[in-house]
Amino acid sequence: MSLAIANLLRAAPHDDGAIDRFLRDHEFPLVEGTSATFVFRGRVDAVYLRHWVFGLGSQQPFNRLENSDFWYLTLELPARSRVEYKLEIQQGDHSRWIRDPLNDQIAHDPFGANSVCAGEGYQRPEWTEYDPDARAGTIEEITLPRTPFGGPRRLTVYLPARFRVSRRYRLLVVHDGGDYLRYSSLKEVLDNLIDRLEVAPLIVAMTHPEDRLVEYADDPRHADFIVNTVVPYMEENYPLYKAVSARCLMGASFGGVASLSTAWRYPGAFGRLLLQSGSFAFTDIGENRRGPLFDRVVSFVNGFREAPGRLAEKVFVSCGTYESLIYENRSMVPLLQATGMDIRYEEARDGHNWENWRDRLRTALSWLFPGPLWMVYE
Amino acid sequence: MYTESPKPATGVLLGPQRLAVTVDAELDALQVEGKVAMITCGWQEREEEDRELHDALGSRAVNLNLHARGDAVFLDDRELRDAHRAKQDRLRQLQVLYRGRLEHAVAAVSELQDARGPADLIASEITAAIEAIRLVDRQHLARVTLLNRDYEDEISPSERPVVLLHRREIADILADCGAVAIAGGNVATILNRLRLFGLGELLQGRTILAWSAGAMALTDRIVLFHDSPPQGRGNAEILDAGLGLFPNLIALPHARRRLFLDDRRRVSLFARRFAPARCVTLDERSRLLCDGENYRAGPVTRALCDGGDVVALETWSL
Repeated sequence: MSLAIANLLRAAPHDDGAIDRFLRDHEFPLVEGTSATFVFRGRVDAVYLRHWVFGLGSQQPFNRLENSDFWYLTLELPARSRVEYKLEIQQGDHSRWIRDPLNDQIAHDPFGANSVCAGEGYQRPEWTEYDPDARAGTIEEITLPRTPFGGPRRLTVYLPARFRVSRRYRLLVVHDGGDYLRYSSLKEVLDNLIDRLEVAPLIVAMTHPEDRLVEYADDPRHADFIVNTVVPYMEENYPLYKAVSARCLMGASFGGVASLSTAWRYPGAFGRLLLQSGSFAFTDIGENRRGPLFDRVVSFVNGFREAPGRLAEKVFVSCGTYESLIYENRSMVPLLQATGMDIRYEEARDGHNWENWRDRLRTALSWLFPGPLWMVYE
Repeated sequence: MYTESPKPATGVLLGPQRLAVTVDAELDALQVEGKVAMITCGWQEREEEDRELHDALGSRAVNLNLHARGDAVFLDDRELRDAHRAKQDRLRQLQVLYRGRLEHAVAAVSELQDARGPADLIASEITAAIEAIRLVDRQHLARVTLLNRDYEDEISPSERPVVLLHRREIADILADCGAVAIAGGNVATILNRLRLFGLGELLQGRTILAWSAGAMALTDRIVLFHDSPPQGRGNAEILDAGLGLFPNLIALPHARRRLFLDDRRRVSLFARRFAPARCVTLDERSRLLCDGENYRAGPVTRALCDGGDVVALETWSL
């Protein structure tokens, strides 16, 4: 099958009318099988695709259709891929990054928003979207007045629908809770998965760091905060099972490091870990090449790799194959398995982003805290 | 109490009631007089949160509180509680072993469905492979039945003083009731509570309205099912025998959400595996009326067919 862009290029003349028709007749990026064609129209000097797919050059130049203001680029995009990107537009000495004006699919993150290109077969899971039929949980804002950091810290607590104080619940502690709520639809995901009986009703404690790159990098104050402030507060104020198997610590990126580091400093404090795209940078020899922010991380991960221990009962690890961290995460799996912990590992053709982490929550949470799906028919 | 081959009930099996309440209209249509007993033990510790059901059934509704009664029994009779827990543990272990056998048997059918070769040869091999699944199912049900019988022979739950006390109270309440409404929830809990208090016997001759897991517990085989669970293969499995008040029927609540009804292979396997019982979908607004001799289905109630279709149902005799 010939690509639509190839047909356009073959069919001369390339006048404005032909280009207008091409733009009108297709949606962009134009995904055809395992090819994705990006286009841009404008009187500029150069256009680049800026993406976060590790393994491809991060700056992919567009081609200009001769004697026109039409720019295009076709890339291979394996099935079920999901890629976040921007366009870099160069005009004279100036260049700027913009979202793709022809694509209304966007993903938000703490730095703004990116355009999204979904490969063939990728669809946003319906369980990540608001479902009016799902019973909704509630959110409470708490302030913990005294913490190992010296000052107060905010805690956001999710209570499942039909919460009862006379019942016992499992506890999930989430690093970067605000980001998970905003960018990974965590509340909708919890509401849906609990309502559908796929995940057991949970109480979720979401933390909010002040300086995550410092606090999450194997900082003893952080582990102390989670284990000796957050968990006791939750146990004192909410009806929780006391068993460690009913307690999970979770985080993404540096939050994954913080989760592993906390579990390492306090083995047995959590029976479950959920590590998403952990920044598990390490060195076998020589210097860390990821910069000084990673020094403490590398030191911790090297130490863990030297003497990995049984930190929990079950650990779910996930990573996108388009992340630079895929090598570190893949190599972490056999290490964790060798400790005798029950490990589940999942990859997706996605990058280091909040929607990748959102899309993994169903398999992760339903494995860590399975709900009564098979036995309950309401 | 574990009973066999009771007389078929009269009443109606319904789809889920949470988002589309039809039980009130059904009650009117059945022209039930007297009080209506409610069984909401499938909701477990939420059993008493029955305001919405009360609203639907009216002031004549009375909750039998089977879950709370069960808790009271186990608090009073520790020997019975321990024996019950031990039995449940054994049943769970047995279910895991059965699941393992089942996985291989179902995989054999899947492999044959993908096989290349003469269609007639493949078809007969598939028939044989489905028969192998049916054998695994039969053996499992026989073992579960035996385990339940052993438990009853050993501990005689129906003769325990505290159970007898509650059973008499339940019988007294039921004496004033023209109908019994059994809600969904945890199907194992419903079954256990119904058995503990001998409801199989007490429900005989009464008009019954049951939905979701409540409906499943009243059939003669309880089949747990989900084609796309987040974990595991999604093979339907037999849990236990039900009370058998609505016989020759596999009740499939939430079928649209839980089953791939467009997948002809899965539908066909499901129907052939449990034949001659009819596999009946019970989605919102579904109804299946039983007059003790015949079943009559409402318009949105469907059956899974051997050929892989999901079709509307004609009236059929028990």
